[in-house]
Amino acid sequence: MAYSDKVLDHYNNPRNMGSFGKEEDGVGTGIVGAPECGDVMKLQVKINDDGIIEDAKFKTFGCGSAIASSSLATEWLKGRTVDQALAIKNTDIVEELNLPPVKIHCSVLAEDAIKAAVNDFLNRSGKPTQAVGDGSAS
Amino acid sequence: MTVNTPIYMDYQSTTPMDPRVLEAMLPYFTNLFGHPSSRNHSFGWAAEQAVDAAREQVAELIGASAKEVIFTSGGTEAINLAIKGVADMYAEKGRHMVVAVTDSRPVQDVVKHLVRERGFEVTELKVDKEGRVSADDVRAALRPDTVLVSVMMANNEIGTVQDMAAIGKVAKEAGVIFFTDATEAVGKVPVDVQAMGIDLLALTGHKIYGPKGVGALYVRRKNPRVRLSAQIDGGGHERGMRSGTLNVPGVAGLGKAAELCRTEMAAESVRIAALRDRLEAGILAALDEVSVNGSRSHRLPHNLNISFAYVEGESMLMGLKEVALASGSACTTATLEPSYVIRALGVSEELAHSSLRFSIGRFTTAEEVEFVIGRVVETITRLREMSPLYEMAKEGIDLSQVHWSAH
Repeated sequence: MAYSDKVLDHYNNPRNMGSFGKEEDGVGTGIVGAPECGDVMKLQVKINDDGIIEDAKFKTFGCGSAIASSSLATEWLKGRTVDQALAIKNTDIVEELNLPPVKIHCSVLAEDAIKAAVNDFLNRSGKPTQAVGDGSAS
Repeated sequence: MTVNTPIYMDYQSTTPMDPRVLEAMLPYFTNLFGHPSSRNHSFGWAAEQAVDAAREQVAELIGASAKEVIFTSGGTEAINLAIKGVADMYAEKGRHMVVAVTDSRPVQDVVKHLVRERGFEVTELKVDKEGRVSADDVRAALRPDTVLVSVMMANNEIGTVQDMAAIGKVAKEAGVIFFTDATEAVGKVPVDVQAMGIDLLALTGHKIYGPKGVGALYVRRKNPRVRLSAQIDGGGHERGMRSGTLNVPGVAGLGKAAELCRTEMAAESVRIAALRDRLEAGILAALDEVSVNGSRSHRLPHNLNISFAYVEGESMLMGLKEVALASGSACTTATLEPSYVIRALGVSEELAHSSLRFSIGRFTTAEEVEFVIGRVVETITRLREMSPLYEMAKEGIDLSQVHWSAH
C-alpha cells in the first residue's frame, strides 16, 4: 500500500511520543482499541487550571496510519480547550492524512482516544464527562 | 559492508528467475516457436522435444515418471485440476474430503467451492503448535465416502514440513487419494512421490527460480492409477487432462529450473539454512519477547517466521522499507484477518498481527543477512518505545487481564 507523505512523516518523525504519569495533576489518559484487533492507542492530555490543553502525548501499537492518526491528534490538541478537543472529528483526521477507506478505523480510534483522555481528566477532577465512543479500554 | 537495497527476503512469495533458466527459455520464443502437437514438421518436433525433456526434468525432481507430469498454467490451476478433477471423477464413491487447516489459500478456496456448490463435506485436520498434522488424526478423519486427503507438504508462511510418508501410508491403507500442494517444498527439500505415497502433487515454476505462468500436476499412473476429470476441455492435450496449447518457453524454463534444483539442492540447502540460522540467531540475541512461529526441526531451510510481541506487522514493514518481507498482520492481508496459519498453531491473534516472514534463497548473501539483522533490531526497538503495550508489559501489567473493548 502506498502511504501519503503526511502519514510517512508522522511515522518517521512522530510528534509528542511518550507518556505522562497517569496520576499527575491535570493529566487525562485514554487507552482505546484491543491488541487482538491489531491496534491500541494511548493518548494523554495535560490540562492547566484555565482548562487549556498545554501538552499531549501518545503511544500507539498499530499500523502506520494508526501511529500517524494519534501523532496528529496530539499536535492538534495542544492549545485547545476541552470543548475544542472534543470537537475534533475522525473525518478531519482522514482528510488531513489522506487515509484510504481501509484505514478510516484508525481515525475513529484516534477520535475515541481523544474523548477517552479528556473524559478521564474530567472524571479525575470531579467534572461531568461527555459521551464517549465504545472504543475505550478499562 | 556494502549491500544494495532494496533487499529481497520474500522468496516464498516468488523467486527471481535464475539466468540459466532464462537462457534455456529464449530459443522457444523466437526460432523454435513451433506447436508441440504439430507432428508433421521440424518446428513442431523441436517444440515437442523441449516439452518431453522438461517433463523428464520435472519428473526426476520428484521421483515420478515423465508420463505422470501434466503441465498447467501454475500452482493454482494444478490444485484446481487435482481437487475438482477428483471430485468429479469419484463422485460415485462419495463427497467427503480431509484437508489440513494450514493448507494454502487455493486449496481452501477450491474445497469451499465444492462444499458450497456441490454439497461436499470437509473434515479439517488440526495441527500441533509446530504446524504438523498427525497421521493418526488423518486415520480418524477418514470415512467410507472420503475421496481425497489433502495435506500441504511445506507451509508457505511458517515453513513447517509434514511427515508425508506417514500420512501417505494411512491414505494408501484406506484406498483414499492423497493430494499435496507442494509448491513450497519442491526444489527446496527432497521429494519422492513413491516413498511418500503421494498420488497427486501440485508444483509451480515461479517458486523454484523458474518463470511465472507455468506449473505442473503429478498424476499417479500405477498403484493406483488416478483418474481426473478435465477442468479445461479443448484439443485433448496433456493426455486429455488439460487442453490448451502448451506454453513451450515456460515449460522449458520449468524443466531447467527443476534440473538446477535437483543437482544443486544438497549444497544449496545447507548454505541457505546456515544464512537463515544466522538471521534467526542474530535477531533472537538482540531482542526480548520474540518467538519463532512453526517448527525448528521440521522447517524449510529458507523460512523464518517470527512474532515480535507488542509491535504490529504493517508498522514493522513500513520501518523496514529497504527489505521486502511479508507479515501475518491483518493490515497486510487481502482478507483483513490475521494469518489463519499462525492462528492455527494456537498463537494469539495479537502475536499473529506481530509476525514477520523472512524467506531467503539462492541469491541471498551473508552481507544482506547482517544488514537485515541490524535494521530489524533498530526498527523493533523504535516501535516498542512507541508501543503502549510494551510499556504496560514492562510495568508488569498482565495484558491478558486488561479489559479491552474491540472496535
